[in-house]
Amino acid sequence: MNMKVNLAGVTLNNPVMTASGTFGSGEEYSELVDLNRLGAVVTKGVANIPWAGNPTPRIAETYGGMINAIGLQNPGMDVFIKRDIPFLKKYDTKIIVNVCGKTTEDYIEVVERLSDEPVDMLEINISCPNVKEGGIAFGQDPKAVEAITREVKKYAKQPVIMKLSPNVTDITVMAKAAEAGGADVLSMINTLTGMKIDVNRRTFAVANKTGGLSGPAIKPIAVRMVYQAARAVKIPIIGMGGIMTAEDALEFILAGATAVSVGTANFVNPYATTEIITGIEDYMIKYQIEDISELIGAVR
Amino acid sequence: MGKLKITASVASQVRLADGVYSMWIDAKEITDQSMPGQFISVYTGDSSKLLPRPISICETDRDKGLLRIVYRIAGKGTDEFSRYQAGDPVIIMGPLGNGFPLKAGSSGKKALLIGGGIGIPPMLELAKNLTCTKQMVLGYRDELFLNEEFLPYGDTFLATESGTAGTKGNVMDAIREHGLQSDVIFACGPTPMLKSLRAYALEHHIECYLSLEEKMACGIGACLACVCKSSEKDDHSMVHNKRVCKDGPVFKAEEVEF
Repeated sequence: MNMKVNLAGVTLNNPVMTASGTFGSGEEYSELVDLNRLGAVVTKGVANIPWAGNPTPRIAETYGGMINAIGLQNPGMDVFIKRDIPFLKKYDTKIIVNVCGKTTEDYIEVVERLSDEPVDMLEINISCPNVKEGGIAFGQDPKAVEAITREVKKYAKQPVIMKLSPNVTDITVMAKAAEAGGADVLSMINTLTGMKIDVNRRTFAVANKTGGLSGPAIKPIAVRMVYQAARAVKIPIIGMGGIMTAEDALEFILAGATAVSVGTANFVNPYATTEIITGIEDYMIKYQIEDISELIGAVR
Repeated sequence: MGKLKITASVASQVRLADGVYSMWIDAKEITDQSMPGQFISVYTGDSSKLLPRPISICETDRDKGLLRIVYRIAGKGTDEFSRYQAGDPVIIMGPLGNGFPLKAGSSGKKALLIGGGIGIPPMLELAKNLTCTKQMVLGYRDELFLNEEFLPYGDTFLATESGTAGTKGNVMDAIREHGLQSDVIFACGPTPMLKSLRAYALEHHIECYLSLEEKMACGIGACLACVCKSSEKDDHSMVHNKRVCKDGPVFKAEEVEF
């Protein structure tokens, strides 16, 4: 039985990885999860300099989901490279670094700096809804998506994953724009912009007013978008959005995702990633699937 | 062994005051490792509610492998917990956070343990484990709970906003009224209380440890939801933010800003 998948020439032991921002750089979760079992660890977004993020409260629970507005707090690339990459190198897993920035130059600075580091892939975050500059500003205009993808590709030595925002009218337009710019892989979806109001305090539940909605509440939207994008582009897709169980992960794979990321589920169950891997194995045994590639995009 | 998530079982549960419950949980693996001031994440059985509720450890019974939480119903999740009965499963992760530094209350010192509202529970396990002389100051809105359980460990002063028991007002009013002196302060409670205590401790040069609260998601330091402002640039975050769940919940007063 083969669970290995190939993303732009990088072979993952299995298709299950962590979703950026929910797993830090893996160190905290390594006390609970064997990182060797993961297809890849996708790190929290890294910028050229440290970012302080948004005021608190930064999160709120919603029905079947949560809203977050962390604001991409991160220690900056210098500390990340010195501390987090050596930590992750101790494990038999692939390292995918999520890159964030306020300007094209910021992204390129990080991408260039990472070019000689032992990093397997870069995931470019052009879809964070919680920062005023950069992030989603790049992800909602197809011309901007294509342009930043092209710029990043000029400097990147590792394969480039573009992480798309679902906060658009037609996801296929954005997927095609990233592909046209030279993206090697697509990651989708980032969170949906949402809002929660605390009726007792009569104010916004998160200090940023709006935040990104994640969790099982958004899964049907994510599956639909992955399906649409998979039919619109030729490059592989990493599917995510509310995956809690192996069954959820399989929905994305059958819709056309080559790999999947598990995010919010880590907060509900720190063992979610490895339980999902085991669940996919069980499914393959049950239905006598020899190679996971038989399942990718099998539902048309 | 380290922190772990387990399905434990409820040993017993009683109501202590209006909306305040006391639950003993059979969780030897977590109890054995826990320190005063640490907390556990409690998960609801309702899959529409995703995030765990962080609740401080009120007390442990190591011989029996039990830990106790005393919590207030703040929403639907804690309301669900309040309906659990002996024998029911309860999903928890812990022990989490750093806890109070017991060595700061070494013999010969005089410690003031201050709890406000639902910040009172973790002070009980601390009172049981601190070897030095202790005095307690407990602040309530109106209805008392847990106060009698502190009596074996030292003089216990009360403050109530309603004036029904002890000093009318807050814990600061009680400290002033009784002229309480100390070498070290340990406190947990609402942010305005911690803010005044911080100012008081810094002004009088008293060593002071504050246990903070913030909305959390992962509970283990990965998601960066529950940060507080730190006075100095933090070594981990490289900004003026510390993680309440991992670097805290207990901080030295001068470490944090409100």
